[in-house]
Amino acid sequence: MDQAFEYKRIMKIMVLVAAYNEEKTIVNVIEEIKTHVQNADICVVNDGSTDKTADILSSRQDIRSLHLPFNMGIGGAVWTGFNFMYREGYDYLIRIDGDGQHDPKQAMSLLVPLIGGDADIVIGSRFLKKQGYLSTFSRRGGIKLLDILSRFILKQKIVDNTSGFRAYNRAVISKFIKEYPFDYPEPIETYIAAKKGFRIKEIPAVMRKRKGGISSIRIVHSYYYLVKVLLTIMVNFIGGKNESLSNHRYPDH
Amino acid sequence: MNPYPITVIQIISIVFSVFLLALIFLLIRKKKMREEYSILWVLIFIVFLILSIFRGLIDKISSILGIHYQPASLFLILIGCLFLLTFHFSLVISKMKKNINSMAMMISILEQELNKYKNKKIKNSK
Repeated sequence: MDQAFEYKRIMKIMVLVAAYNEEKTIVNVIEEIKTHVQNADICVVNDGSTDKTADILSSRQDIRSLHLPFNMGIGGAVWTGFNFMYREGYDYLIRIDGDGQHDPKQAMSLLVPLIGGDADIVIGSRFLKKQGYLSTFSRRGGIKLLDILSRFILKQKIVDNTSGFRAYNRAVISKFIKEYPFDYPEPIETYIAAKKGFRIKEIPAVMRKRKGGISSIRIVHSYYYLVKVLLTIMVNFIGGKNESLSNHRYPDH
Repeated sequence: MNPYPITVIQIISIVFSVFLLALIFLLIRKKKMREEYSILWVLIFIVFLILSIFRGLIDKISSILGIHYQPASLFLILIGCLFLLTFHFSLVISKMKKNINSMAMMISILEQELNKYKNKKIKNSK
């Protein structure tokens, strides 16, 4: 890892935290990121929170906070973060959720394949080594279904496609500047990126049970979530052509 | 002899269609309705006007479509028009939602940049 870091000394890394009503956990998450991810700027997108999240964020000088005027949903918050990252000229982006279920200790290991040039998106996957919090039974079923689908469409195994614990390089981000899936972005993002020829890699990650807040996939919405994701995937990706790898990688470098 | 003598309902519907058409034109002229959203309305009212002037048209349409109860084809046309309109509005709303989200995103980013410069200024003046 150290060698890779020396190789590109001047790279800029941004940690993106999307937060919606996370007043109980956000400070902890920020502190953890500061301890474990050095030399990175922390950008927190406050997705129109109605609690004290906005005040907590504005009072801090050590982070950069974006405040959306209304709740756009996780996809909107991530999209805002992507745009910010792109404008500010960062090279890599790590996504960590504001509810504390992702462990910032593992964030740097997500970057390794990116910096080494082995992947464009790295997903921290809780099912590769089955440790830590593995979500509920029914949700695991949905994730399994997405995995089966990705084997068919992408010819690639993606065992934890709903994980928001991800890292990206600038080339991938540049493809999501204009449009990004809004409601439940993770699986659709994976499919779009893979279809555009970007390489996706999963590495094992241990997730914790969320400390506060509610999952962006609530129980009632679980089925709606699955139907919507499946619909989007069907509409967009069945029968479409895979783009070639070389066309648009690293447009700005 | 004219098989379709003028009836009260025909007069009412002609007057009503003309009135609505005039209303749309007025709203466009006063810039209260944008042209792009009014085109469908204008087209639909013209269809209504034609149908109320030429009463035989409904009978012809019914026989072509194989509908035995003529008023049913009138409802069919009406529902078709309303369907088109709601569909059109869904498209418009989707486009607006997209624009609004883009604006919100841009506002949050620009606000952050503005704050950065403000803080710099405060530091410099100290």
